[in-house]
Amino acid sequence: MTQPSSYYGKFGGQFLPELLIAPIQELTDAFEAIKRDPAFKQVLHEHLTTYAGRPTPLTEIKRFAAAVHGPRLFLKREDLLHTGAHKFNNAIGQCLLAKHLGKTRIIAETGAGQHGVATATACALLGLECVIYMGAVDMKRQGPNVARMRLLGAEVASVTLGSQTLKDAVNEALRDWAAHFATSHYCLGSALGPHPYPQMVGYFQEVIGRETKVQCLERFGQLPNSVIACVGGGSNAIGIFAPFLAEEKVALYGVEAGGKGPHTGEHAARFLSGSPGVLHGCYSYLLQDSFGQVADTHSISAGLDYPMVGPQHAQLFESDRVHYSSVQDDAVIAAFKLLAKTEGIIPALESSHALAFVCAEAHAWPRDYNVVINLSGRGDKDLPQLFEKKLLDDA
Amino acid sequence: MMNRIEKTFQQGKVFAAYLTAGDGTLNQQLEQIHALIAGGVNLLEIGIPFSDPIADGVVIQRAMQRSLAKNTTVFDALTLIKTLRIQTQIPIILFTYYNPILALSEQHILAQAQQAGVDGILIIDLPFFEAHDHLQTCAQLNLDPIMVIAPNTLPARLPEIIQHARGFLYYACRAGTTGVRQQLPNGVDEKLKQIKQVTDLPVIVGFGIASRAASRAAVAHAQGFVVGSYFIQAIENGASPEQLTALARQINPCED
Repeated sequence: MTQPSSYYGKFGGQFLPELLIAPIQELTDAFEAIKRDPAFKQVLHEHLTTYAGRPTPLTEIKRFAAAVHGPRLFLKREDLLHTGAHKFNNAIGQCLLAKHLGKTRIIAETGAGQHGVATATACALLGLECVIYMGAVDMKRQGPNVARMRLLGAEVASVTLGSQTLKDAVNEALRDWAAHFATSHYCLGSALGPHPYPQMVGYFQEVIGRETKVQCLERFGQLPNSVIACVGGGSNAIGIFAPFLAEEKVALYGVEAGGKGPHTGEHAARFLSGSPGVLHGCYSYLLQDSFGQVADTHSISAGLDYPMVGPQHAQLFESDRVHYSSVQDDAVIAAFKLLAKTEGIIPALESSHALAFVCAEAHAWPRDYNVVINLSGRGDKDLPQLFEKKLLDDA
Repeated sequence: MMNRIEKTFQQGKVFAAYLTAGDGTLNQQLEQIHALIAGGVNLLEIGIPFSDPIADGVVIQRAMQRSLAKNTTVFDALTLIKTLRIQTQIPIILFTYYNPILALSEQHILAQAQQAGVDGILIIDLPFFEAHDHLQTCAQLNLDPIMVIAPNTLPARLPEIIQHARGFLYYACRAGTTGVRQQLPNGVDEKLKQIKQVTDLPVIVGFGIASRAASRAAVAHAQGFVVGSYFIQAIENGASPEQLTALARQINPCED
C-alpha cells in the first residue's frame, strides 16, 4: 500500500501522525488538480510576471570571474525577485492553492526569514491570515526580516523549545496544522517534508530552471557546462536543476553548509556525515546521532541551518547525478565580500555558499566553459548580523 | 492462551497511563509507575524520548527534553520495562516516533523489546502504508502493532487501518497535540460507533484526558482511556508517589 509516486527512489514518503493524513491527502489531490488546470496556471503566471518581476535576469559577472581566474560565470538573479529571494515563487503558488482549497489562514516556518517574508507578502496580497513560526535564535540573527513580516501583517510566533532554529519552527508549524487543518494551509518553504511537498515546492520553483535554460541558449547558444546552487532543504537547487537533470552533459553541483568544521554539531552538511532517517514526515539524509536523535547543526546562514536535505537530493546524491560538497563559513564570507566588491551585488549568505564553491574550484575549469550560479537571494537581511559579529570590519 | 492485553480488556475498563522513559531516574520512575498502578492504572505506555516530537504538546515535549538531556536511549527504556516486568504483569506498550527505532535496526530493537516484556508497539508517525516491514516484524515477534485513529480519519479508511491492528485501537480524540484539558470534545461517540461497525477490537481514547468527567465520558463509549500529560505535569511539579496515586484515583471513573 505504499504510494510509489510519493517517493524519489527510496527517499520521501509520508511519515505522519494519523491526524495529518487526511489534510495531506486533501493537499495531494488539490496539487494534482491544479497541475492540470490551465486557469490556475494562468493566474500564477500573471502574479509571477506582473507582480513578482519574472523573468529574473541572467547576469554575467566578468570582474568576479577574473578575480577567481574562472571561465564565463553567470548569475541567475533570484535576488531580484520580489521580496529578495526565490522563496516567493513557492509562497505565491501555495497561497493561491490554499485559496483554491477555501483555506483562510496560512501557517509557515522560517529560518532566515526569507520564506516567512515571502509568505507574509503573498498573504497580504491575497487577503489571507498569516502565522509564521521562527526559532528564537533565528529571530535574533534575522531581525530585519522579523520586522518586515510584522509590517506585512503576519503574526511571528517565537519558538523557544528545542534548538530554537528552523527544525523547531517546522515542528511547531506541524503542530499548528494538526490543530487547525480545517481552516489552515501549511505553506512549507522548501522541497522537504511529506509528499506532496517536495514535488509541489519543486513544481513551483522549476520556473527558475526553465528561464535559465532559455536565457543560456539566447546568450551563448548552448546549454551551460555546469549549474551550481546552495542546498539547505534544497528548493532553489531543485528549481534550477530540474530542467537540466535529463541533460547529461550539464554538470550539476549542490553546495551544503560546512559551518565551522567537519564535526557533528559544527555544520549542516548532510551528505558529509548524515545518514538516511525520518524527520518531518520524510525519509532522507539526516544529521543524527547513533540513537536516531536529530543532531544540532550550525551554519552562518540561518536558511541552510537544517538537519535534513530534501528527498530528491538524496536520490540525486545516491545516483551521482548531482555532485554535492560543502564550504565553511569563512570561505562563504570571503565570497560574499568579493561579489559585493567586484559586481555591486550583495548576495544572501545562503547563495554565498555557491559562490564560495566557485571561488575554490573555478581556476580548474576550462576557459571556454559557461557556468551558471543560482543567486537565490540578496544579502541585506544578513548585514546586521555580520556587522554585529564584526565580520565585515576589514571589508 | 490469552495474552496480557486481551486479559486486561476482558477484566473490565482499561485505565492507561503514559510516561516518557528517562524523565526521572530508574528508581523514581518505578516508584511513580507503582503509585499509578495503586491508583487504578492497568495498562502502561512507555515512551522513548525523541528530539522532535511533532504529535506532542509542551508537557511531553519538556519531558522528552529532560530525558534526552540525560542521554536516555531506547535501551534505557527497555531496562525500565525489563525491571517492571519482573514486578508486574501489567500490559506494556512501547510508544515511539519512528526514527529512534529506524536508526538502530528495527528487527533488533523490536526483538529486544519483546524479550524485555513489551506487549505492543505504537509508532505515532508511521501510518500503515509506510509500515510494511514494521508490521512483518511485529507479526514474527508476536508484538501487537497498535494503530491510531483520529477524528478526521475518513470512514472509508477505517477498514484499511484496522486490518493491520492487533490488541486494541488508540482513538486520538481531538485535533492538535497531546495535553491537559478538562472535557472530551464532541463527536467521540459518533466516531466510536463507526469504528465498532468495522471491528471487535477494543478501543481506548486518548489526547487531553485529565479529569474524571472526561474519563467517564470515554468509558461510556469505549473500553478505556489514556492519561499522559496530566501525570507528567504533576511529576514535573514534584508530585510524590502518594500524590500520584491520589491523582489517578481522582481520574479513575470506577472510583466514587
